Amino acid sequence: MSALQDAKPILVVKDLNVHYDTGKGPAKAVNDVSFSLKPGERLGLIGESGSGKTTMATALMRLTRAPGRIAGGSVELDGRDILKMSTKELRETRLRDIALIPQGAMSSLNPVMRLEEQMIDAILAHRPGLKRAELDARVQELLKNVGLAPEVARRYPHELSGGMKQRAAMAIATSLSPKVIVADEPTSALDVVVQRQVMQTLGRLQDGLGAAVVLIGHDMGLIAQFADTVGVMYAGKLVEIGPVRQMIESPKHPYTRLLVDSLPGIEVKRELTGIPGLPPPLVDLPPGCSFNPRCPLAFERCRRETPLLQQVGPGQSAACHLYPEHAALPPLPPMTRAHQELRP
Amino acid sequence: MTALIEMRGVTKTYGAFTALNDVTLSLSDTSPSMTAVAGESGSGKTTLARMMLGFINPSHGQVLYQGKDVARMTGAEQRQFRREVQPVFQDPFDVFNPFYRIDHVLETPVKRYKLADTQQQARAMIEDALKRVGLRPQDTLGRFPHELSGGQRQRIMVARAVLLRPKLIVADEPVSMVDASLRATILDELKTLNRELGISIVYITHDLTTAFQICDNILILYRGNVSEAGAVERVIGAPKHPYSQLLVSSIPLPDLSKAWGGEEIPVSEASAARANPGCKFAPRCPHVMEMCWDNLPPKYVPDSQRLATCFLYRDAPVSASDDVASAFRPPDRKTVAVAP
Repeated sequence: MSALQDAKPILVVKDLNVHYDTGKGPAKAVNDVSFSLKPGERLGLIGESGSGKTTMATALMRLTRAPGRIAGGSVELDGRDILKMSTKELRETRLRDIALIPQGAMSSLNPVMRLEEQMIDAILAHRPGLKRAELDARVQELLKNVGLAPEVARRYPHELSGGMKQRAAMAIATSLSPKVIVADEPTSALDVVVQRQVMQTLGRLQDGLGAAVVLIGHDMGLIAQFADTVGVMYAGKLVEIGPVRQMIESPKHPYTRLLVDSLPGIEVKRELTGIPGLPPPLVDLPPGCSFNPRCPLAFERCRRETPLLQQVGPGQSAACHLYPEHAALPPLPPMTRAHQELRP
Repeated sequence: MTALIEMRGVTKTYGAFTALNDVTLSLSDTSPSMTAVAGESGSGKTTLARMMLGFINPSHGQVLYQGKDVARMTGAEQRQFRREVQPVFQDPFDVFNPFYRIDHVLETPVKRYKLADTQQQARAMIEDALKRVGLRPQDTLGRFPHELSGGQRQRIMVARAVLLRPKLIVADEPVSMVDASLRATILDELKTLNRELGISIVYITHDLTTAFQICDNILILYRGNVSEAGAVERVIGAPKHPYSQLLVSSIPLPDLSKAWGGEEIPVSEASAARANPGCKFAPRCPHVMEMCWDNLPPKYVPDSQRLATCFLYRDAPVSASDDVASAFRPPDRKTVAVAP
């Protein structure tokens, strides 16, 4: 960790905005999000469906497609803004410097190509002129790195299990030793044991490359097991970010607290608490803090004024009006069944 | 005592592949229980659910509902079975016809089983069922499926099941496609149905955390065989079978004192290729012994309220009954205190 603190950031995201144009006006799926990442750092971005996490992942790669558009901000990778690159520069940068492990690797592999051809395609696009023998050796090395047997290279995607496909996608993503890896829910369709294997593989690959990772997900448990830093997204905004231990043991934003609490453990049986209500539609955000209609601690100011991220602890920031007046998050009132009811 | 539902030596094979191997399980008719069935993809948990629901018939053995063989029921018996045993499926998107308002999915069972004499009575029943799963009827009825979130749709499926006042709900991964923040709420509703309406619940899942939280007992399957079964406090709290141990240690807990640890676990796909007549977990087992390869371990009872089919416990007595429920503890009836 100490080495992390001194290093210069490799990825700096500043005031990023991604909008989806709809008939009812722009849906702000990523709304003024800023964060930075140092080499070797593992950032976990967590949020519910519709919180903007996948939009964020695609925007980092500048893969946003219509009706989505990047409406502002910058994504600086090693000092160069990805959002301002020419098409040629962008093509060279992707995979070589920043690579995506997509959600559901099952559908990101070409079903009619053998795995090795897909891997070679990716490498050749960046390193033309490599000889077949060199390519084969590289493919074998990449497969070995993700724990796949050499014969897997000759297989088609349908001959692989879900965990194997996810590893294959990881092998492709790391084929050019990128500096930043963006992993969008890489294990969402996998069993717990396979999930653990895949995450350990990702961790090992990342350590080997010294790359930074942005892991996107909705499972606080998984993020906690992997990340050094956790960022919480709600309705397109980053509402809290900080070191993983503080985020879990002393979250400052009520939403983070509820997310942590909604995951039951296996020590004691307790009342299961979900988060009451639903996230707001992105085209029609409530005034003030977007979380105020669901927040058990909301007060008048929350309905009026949008909170900005402010420092609430060492390396920890939260966008919440409870601070700086409060030193810590006050206890949340117990939720009744009435709270759990649907909002109109 | 007749069991509510009983699987007697049930095996299901598809060609040469055995999806479920010799499972005997009986759930009591008198005390409504919550039983989890857990395991990875391909463990046979969905096959077990589909046989309990009467969707498919076993290749060997019998499934009995209140003492009657589900495969040989008369029309009237089958009608009653179909009413009293209700499914809740995994995917809250696929089960709705997008052209019908969600009212349709609730009105159909009322009509089909003639549950109500008048329109008003039918409406009252539907509203009651919706309220039981935490949905407000006025905000829900009249909408189309695409206007509701995954969590809301899944609750409607639970409401539909509740309408029929079933004795058993078989929920196959009911929350795996729902956001983590909403899972807790839906599962809590299932628990409330069990407590308040006396509905027994079989919860098929690969998520041991929620199984521990809502269920009394659990059955862990590995490649069609029961590896461990018993009270959740035993099986999840202190697993004995190496497979259960692997499962429990792989749960990603939001607790930094319980980190996964750096040890590499064997990659299943590569090593599991070796077919063997013995314990199916042998190729991946860190404690594998020579005897494991050729012999299927019997159900050992290493301590009370659990059984484990593993030769590590060969000094323990073998279960006197084939029924895995013989290791189950009585269902928890007290209402759990509200967490601070």
